[in-house]
Amino acid sequence: MNAYQEFKTIGSRPVRPDGLDKVTGRARYGADLNMQGQLYGHVVRSPHAHAIIESIDCSKALAMEGVLAVMTGDDLVKPGDEMLGSGEGAMALKDFVPMVMSQGKVLFHSQAVAAIAATSPELAAEAARAVEVTYEVLPAVTDVHKALAADAPILHHDRFPDDYPEEPTNLATHISLTVGNPDAAFEGADVIVEQTYSVPMCHQGYIEPHACVARVDITGRTDLWCCTQGHFAVRHFTSAATGIDLGKIKVTPSEIGGGFGGKTTVYIEPLAVVLAQKAGRPVKMVMDRGDVFRATGAAPGAETRVKLGATRDGKLVAVDVDCLMDSGAYNGAPAAFPAYMATACYKFTDARSTGRSVYTNKPKIHAYRAPSIPQVTLGFELAITELAAELGIDPIEFRLMNAVEEGDANMMGAPYKRIGLRECLEVARNHEHYKSPLSEGVGRGVAMGYWINAGMQSSATLNVSSDGHVAVLTGSPDIGGSRASMALMAAEVLGIPFDHVHPEVAPTDSVGHTDVTGGSRTTLATGEAVIRAAENCVAELCRRAAAEWGVEAGVVAWSQGAAHYGEHSLTFHELASRAGNMGGPLTFSSSLNSTSAAPGFAVHICDAEVDKETGRTTIVRYTAIQDAGKAIHPDYVEGQMQGGAVQGIGWALNEEYLYNADGVLQNPGFLDYRIPVASDLPYIDTVIVEVPNPLHPFGVKGVGEVPIVPPMPAIAEAVCQSTGVRFRDLPLNPPKIMAELVDL
Amino acid sequence: MAVQEFLSPKSLSEAQAAFGEGAASSWLAGGTDLLVGIRLGARDPSRVVDLKQIPELTAIEIDDASVRIGAAASAFDVLHNSDVPSLLPGLAEALNLIGSTQITGRCSAGGNLCNASPAADSIPALIANGAQCRILGPEGERVLPVENFVVGPNQNALAPGELLVELILPKPVPGTSDAYLRLTPRTEMDIAVAGAGVSITLDSSGTCTAARVAIGAVAPTALLVEPAGEALVGSPLDQAAMDAAVAAVRAAAKPISDKRGPAQYRTHVVGILVSRAIANAQARIEEAR
Repeated sequence: MNAYQEFKTIGSRPVRPDGLDKVTGRARYGADLNMQGQLYGHVVRSPHAHAIIESIDCSKALAMEGVLAVMTGDDLVKPGDEMLGSGEGAMALKDFVPMVMSQGKVLFHSQAVAAIAATSPELAAEAARAVEVTYEVLPAVTDVHKALAADAPILHHDRFPDDYPEEPTNLATHISLTVGNPDAAFEGADVIVEQTYSVPMCHQGYIEPHACVARVDITGRTDLWCCTQGHFAVRHFTSAATGIDLGKIKVTPSEIGGGFGGKTTVYIEPLAVVLAQKAGRPVKMVMDRGDVFRATGAAPGAETRVKLGATRDGKLVAVDVDCLMDSGAYNGAPAAFPAYMATACYKFTDARSTGRSVYTNKPKIHAYRAPSIPQVTLGFELAITELAAELGIDPIEFRLMNAVEEGDANMMGAPYKRIGLRECLEVARNHEHYKSPLSEGVGRGVAMGYWINAGMQSSATLNVSSDGHVAVLTGSPDIGGSRASMALMAAEVLGIPFDHVHPEVAPTDSVGHTDVTGGSRTTLATGEAVIRAAENCVAELCRRAAAEWGVEAGVVAWSQGAAHYGEHSLTFHELASRAGNMGGPLTFSSSLNSTSAAPGFAVHICDAEVDKETGRTTIVRYTAIQDAGKAIHPDYVEGQMQGGAVQGIGWALNEEYLYNADGVLQNPGFLDYRIPVASDLPYIDTVIVEVPNPLHPFGVKGVGEVPIVPPMPAIAEAVCQSTGVRFRDLPLNPPKIMAELVDL
Repeated sequence: MAVQEFLSPKSLSEAQAAFGEGAASSWLAGGTDLLVGIRLGARDPSRVVDLKQIPELTAIEIDDASVRIGAAASAFDVLHNSDVPSLLPGLAEALNLIGSTQITGRCSAGGNLCNASPAADSIPALIANGAQCRILGPEGERVLPVENFVVGPNQNALAPGELLVELILPKPVPGTSDAYLRLTPRTEMDIAVAGAGVSITLDSSGTCTAARVAIGAVAPTALLVEPAGEALVGSPLDQAAMDAAVAAVRAAAKPISDKRGPAQYRTHVVGILVSRAIANAQARIEEAR
């Protein structure tokens, strides 16, 4: 049961505390910090996608005046099998250190092989060109099917998947889960749909490139400033890669210009630290856009085969889904996610769900908003739509007939608690958008989606000042309006005005451990820590008031921002101003490993019109519906829903990494890697559904990731309805659509 | 090597002196291509000579016979000129499509032309309007039609030390209008997969008396497709004439397949763009009557 039933502050829409700095340019992002005497780091990158490094000669570079340090992969820790991190960013050390800088073998184009620190960026770049690297070039493989072929070049000769122990292959992971007997269940199905669907490798599209400044003193004490979704993770990864004790590293996060999962790891931070240590001077490093595209982790491309069986009356009776994902050069594709979550929106008794990931000579893939689930959901939801069409049942009705509700289990086994999928479907069915007639040539698609949502570790500290204002320190970088949400939650518990609360993202040494801003966990878990710390504050204020009045603490009640007992009352401001005489400073902390996470569900409706002469698609109307549990700051819930929909529109229509046969990226920039611009989009309408999360004090469910799950199948279906052609391979760019409409 | 000198001459003669022998010098108008090229390492001038302080190069003048646009006049200034957008709506369409709002504030038709990208938006619109280039060089002045100014991908006809001074477009006679269309996956901040500029003149009966059709991004340079214009002249722009014009541009197109689109698609779509651009120009003429 939720402890709080009525809210005064949360659910309102105040201006975000960080807004003024951001719109006036005062906010300091990753590349905005400079230190006295800093050097500039530059990375030497491989011109080959697959090669053995025979030698690296840095002597000419090091001899240049103004070059103060060089490094190679030998300056990093030699990795083993130990695991790093948790949740979306988890990986083995051997899949991480060589990704940061090659240690003998190059597995993707632009992989770092050496780095320079010099007194100017230009000199560092010039010195990088003077580093002589000799390579034995190997054939590259960038396609998952070719990588699995018998004659494929093998990326890792020392890896043997559990179920293929005989010889090394490029198969990175393979997980298959079965419930009931799907093969027998297909025998009993009246209608079966079996198709294969594909989605290309895709960039998170954050606007701010990675940037950092590192300073290391002679005792090894390290200060690191960077843009990141999680500075505790940066500390952990940097320690693991450099061998510097974790406790000696302090990481301070800057403002962040987008991450979407892409900044839950590190690329340049360990290099800056090693260079700073060698040079004895601070080192600044900023990636350029091309290197962000060529050498950081994208979302994996995937191919999903879906086989579904249903009875004539619309019951889904058999499911078989097999998702093949591109892992890139190291083990990074979370193939387990599609295996566990592909079926999560639907009731089933007999299902098989398989996930595989494959090594290719491309950068190691990394998290992007609901990692791997948009890819597998494209296939699953389009197959559901095709099945509903064959049965002659409305796509929303068919989903309502088979949607999960409280008590149903997904492939992970645990039954759902109170979830809001059916409520979202009902809102969609009754929405004016869904009922509105379609103009000639416009098609409509509907799809739904699931994301697990994380809990994980969070901390918060509240410092009350004598004027009754409160600083709220958390360890969660603010990528989606979380400062505003933290301030709202603290204000709610304390009963004080929103603008008396000052949220701050604190460095690693100044607040308890906090996992990354990711997994849609921040408002839920860090919010929970803020709520608990504020509750601790209220309890102490009640104790102090009770002592003042000479009564038992238990009889003092807190309401309207004041302690009350009978005729007595003491306001928050009074208690704060007298703190020095009533027990000392008011500081409260809470740290927790949240177990209150609840899954997110969303339903999207898309109208699209394809120009039948050019193949160009215009998204005409779009509505996103989502269960948020409880929207703390509805603007930022809507912002997440709109942002997810827009990223899904980009991925569906135009976004795609284009590699040539040698594994060289052909579109490493936003000119030819086409994320949507504002004029490409209609207004993204939103409906927030609130089915409270019974595990969370305010009923919050994570909202950040699930909105990118339904767009691709909703858009693909709308394109199908507009053109009369069934497209199953994304992106649906103009040439691809046109090739199906006329004989070119 | 980085840029060592930045010079900002106030007159054409100063500019020529400032440019010197030219081997290591680069003219700078809006800089929206030059600066990107320097950053990418594709261009490496040691001396940059800014043209924006030279009055002739930023002037926009209209007389009875011609529209003269200084080579460094920004797209923004052309788009906000009191007369040019209504006289040459197709040229305005093309300039308005270059980059983003911020880019059109700096970029120029002259710079877009000199950069000589096969996909440049303003070039087909200039060719369709019969624009001429006035060029000043150490040996004196010469005039060249735009369709002969671009000689290859990113290659123009300027000899070392030569400077594009202005673009001279014949002032459209009554019954004339133009249009430019391109196909990009995005609505803006994109590069043409194919582009089409047309200028047509209709007599009072609606019969076409003059037509120029130019296409972009479907060959190493923007092309003037004379047979397409000839197919329109003498017709009331009926289906047969339109089909013939479309067939002519598709025959002239020699696109490559690259990351921006396959050749067959470009050939198909340039025909669609030409036919729509003709219809747009026709509608503008009828609207003006």
